[in-house]
Amino acid sequence: MAQAAIELIGINKSFGAVRANRDINLEVARGTIHGIVGENGAGKSTLMSILYGFYQADSGEIHVGGKPVSINTSNDAIALGIGMVHQHFMLVDNFTVLENIILGAENDVLLKSSIAKARSELDRLEREYGLEVDPDAVIEELPVGLQQRVEILKALYRGAEILILDEPTGVLTPAEADHLFRILKQLKEQGKTIVLITHKLREIMAITDTVSVMRQGTMVATRMTKETTVGELAELMVGRRVLLRVEKGQSEAGAVKLSVKNLTVKDSRGVTMVDNVSFDVRGGEIVGIAGVAGNGQSELLEAISGIRHAVSGEVMLDGKPIDLTGKADPGELRDRGLAHVPEDRHHVGLVLAFEENENSILGYHDDERYLKGPFLDVDAIMADAKDKIEKYDIRPGNPRLKTANFSGGNQQKIVLAREMEQDPGVLIVGQPTRGVDVGAIEFIHKRLIAMRDQGKAVLVVSVELDEIRSLSDRILVMFAGRVVGERGPDATEGELGLLMAGVEHQEAAE
Amino acid sequence: MSTPYAKLPAWADYGLIPLINLAVAFIVAGFVVMLVGENPFRAAVILVEGAFGKGTGIAFTLFYATTFIFTGLSVAVAAHCSLFNIGTEGQAYIGGLGIALVCLSLDSVLPWWAIFPIAIVAAAAFGALWGLIPAYLQAKRGSHIVITTIMFNFIAASVMVYLLVGALKPAGSQAPQTRNFLAGAELPKLNWIIELFGAKIRSAPLNICFLLALVMAFLVWLLIWRTRLGYEMRTYGHSPKAARYAGISETRIIITAMMISGALAGMMALNPVMGDQHNVAIDFVSGAGYVGIAVALMGRLHPVGIVLAAILFGMLYQGGAELAFEMPAISRDMIVIIQGLVILFAGALEHMFRPYIQALFASVSPKSVGMQAVKGKGA
Repeated sequence: MAQAAIELIGINKSFGAVRANRDINLEVARGTIHGIVGENGAGKSTLMSILYGFYQADSGEIHVGGKPVSINTSNDAIALGIGMVHQHFMLVDNFTVLENIILGAENDVLLKSSIAKARSELDRLEREYGLEVDPDAVIEELPVGLQQRVEILKALYRGAEILILDEPTGVLTPAEADHLFRILKQLKEQGKTIVLITHKLREIMAITDTVSVMRQGTMVATRMTKETTVGELAELMVGRRVLLRVEKGQSEAGAVKLSVKNLTVKDSRGVTMVDNVSFDVRGGEIVGIAGVAGNGQSELLEAISGIRHAVSGEVMLDGKPIDLTGKADPGELRDRGLAHVPEDRHHVGLVLAFEENENSILGYHDDERYLKGPFLDVDAIMADAKDKIEKYDIRPGNPRLKTANFSGGNQQKIVLAREMEQDPGVLIVGQPTRGVDVGAIEFIHKRLIAMRDQGKAVLVVSVELDEIRSLSDRILVMFAGRVVGERGPDATEGELGLLMAGVEHQEAAE
Repeated sequence: MSTPYAKLPAWADYGLIPLINLAVAFIVAGFVVMLVGENPFRAAVILVEGAFGKGTGIAFTLFYATTFIFTGLSVAVAAHCSLFNIGTEGQAYIGGLGIALVCLSLDSVLPWWAIFPIAIVAAAAFGALWGLIPAYLQAKRGSHIVITTIMFNFIAASVMVYLLVGALKPAGSQAPQTRNFLAGAELPKLNWIIELFGAKIRSAPLNICFLLALVMAFLVWLLIWRTRLGYEMRTYGHSPKAARYAGISETRIIITAMMISGALAGMMALNPVMGDQHNVAIDFVSGAGYVGIAVALMGRLHPVGIVLAAILFGMLYQGGAELAFEMPAISRDMIVIIQGLVILFAGALEHMFRPYIQALFASVSPKSVGMQAVKGKGA
């Protein structure tokens, strides 16, 4: 076996009473791609943050290139040749690629000499690794895939021999993800070591050499990728068997409950985000909207739920129109039986500073069940919250706990419980399982299908193709604000991927 | 990314940290006292004794505290809706106008117990009106509430000067103030309560507005944490997007919160006007509105904290006056410096010591910090 690029020995890290990492041992061989999988809260991020100098371990040793080192800041990590590509890019939007790359590595008071040096160095890197980016392009004008490439270049420019990528494909189209994987393989061939953190098991299978699984702060297993299966990894992550694809019966679509006709929505800058979109959702079916993030799905959801005003078009709820001209109010739509699980639970679906019970009535706080005159009926609210906690297995089961202290999956369950328990006729859900762990995904999917089987109309928007394919009875694909295709649930990933990238659309136009 | 910020137990959050901030403020103030060549320990003794040593001192301390409770509550109500109401000063000033109109027209006809409720309503209504305009501009026009409320303080001051040297001034008088109210518009004193404990009081302005302030503190607690309106205000305050999602009208909630805030500010005027001066004079608010910001911040926007912080500032006012009297080297301006230091450490630098205390708690007793969920990526 090749010499270890990184060796972590007996790493422990606690935050207060919580042991985020216990006795972690990890060996990453030089020149390999090493995947680390685990549910949210398993301690992957903490471990990588220790390696990158954001946190210090309480105990344990880090060896880089065979020598024990201490990494106290990210500068130490960079000096040791460790580079990190963050999930949320750390780029200055209105700087050029070149300016971003030298940011923090300027060698002079005046930029001129560093820029010239960076330009030639960048040129070399781009040629060597096939990472083509225009060095003078402004970041905000680049697609996300290219922005990510800039992040990788940034790390390489600083002499990184070991690259840590944190959930790198979350924002990419399947095609862009493939391209990223080709780049990573090329980097590997050049002798770089890559640590890939992800929760997507398919990616692990497709690209890694070795995979380590974390669960609840411990490293539960390390496998050669060739010798394991997706099923085994999922089981190791969760600690029990998981259904990767929910079982569901044939849908029995009924009457049209939600009807969207020629809907056009603009964002605050006046850019058309939803362009003349029409579709129906019937009772008893789940319609999934697939697409790469930023192709108008968010604005579509916001318009239908009354949060954002539409420019033109018509939305009918149970055959009656929703006033789109500016008077539509989410509260009124809720009264008419439209429940909405928003994409952004941190800022929209929940108030994180509230206690759990306060969030369990958000949007329904004017319902007389929760009120005594102008006062909140605290007892009724608490009883209701406890009831939902039980039904949806929300943990920890304490309605007085601050919502920010729940994990992502449990926060999502709080929102789902609130919206589903109102027994709505139409349920629209944005990113049902974003940032949610595998165990909770299964639970949430089952609930959504149960809603469908009760004859509700369910509209799901997700950037996770797997999720769309396993949930939906019909799949609509959005690209650049338009619905570019409708497919059945048996559509292949490749087919949907092409639609999502707008390829078929363009071909048809030619 | 996990945030290694531990949560402190409530007693540390609401008790220990303010105390540490206060202690640091006094230590720094002590150095200032040393600089002018006085003994800081003697100064501290004079300050505290001046505020709490004698019955009269206590009564004055609580009288000032009453004023600060109102302005502190006013700032806090708006702050729960994420509105930074700097206009408490002006709203209180205009509230005084409402009181003046009621008292000047009714004090010869009605007894105090009949005038008082009318004056409360008038003070609240005038204050609320002065909060309404900036609120409307914020909700409908997006004019920032901080800017507009500051400007409205100046407008209020100008309006009051105009009225107090004109229409409200009795003919022939040279003082820019209304005529003195008759007995019908004088509020009963509360000094007898302190005398019950055996202290002697010569003359002090503590009056029943103190009780009204405590009642309002309770009502504000009820409003914020127990009513639908308070729930909506807090939702909007924490996340305007969540409020929009929940069907809460932005316009309505901003205007309502600011009107309540303005009403509380306006009621502050009852204390000096009907309880003490028995007239409305120029600049009678004299900065109490701005002190209210510090009181609200130091009280962590909670009515109990606000009452305690208001008493602290009442102490600084009363004890500071004694200090300036006893130690001529310490001028009135020095007192303002000390108050400024308290505001600096308790308000602006509120969180300066928090990380250290959290680290201390986390290492001494991890359970007390109640860390439960270490969130991973995207959680």
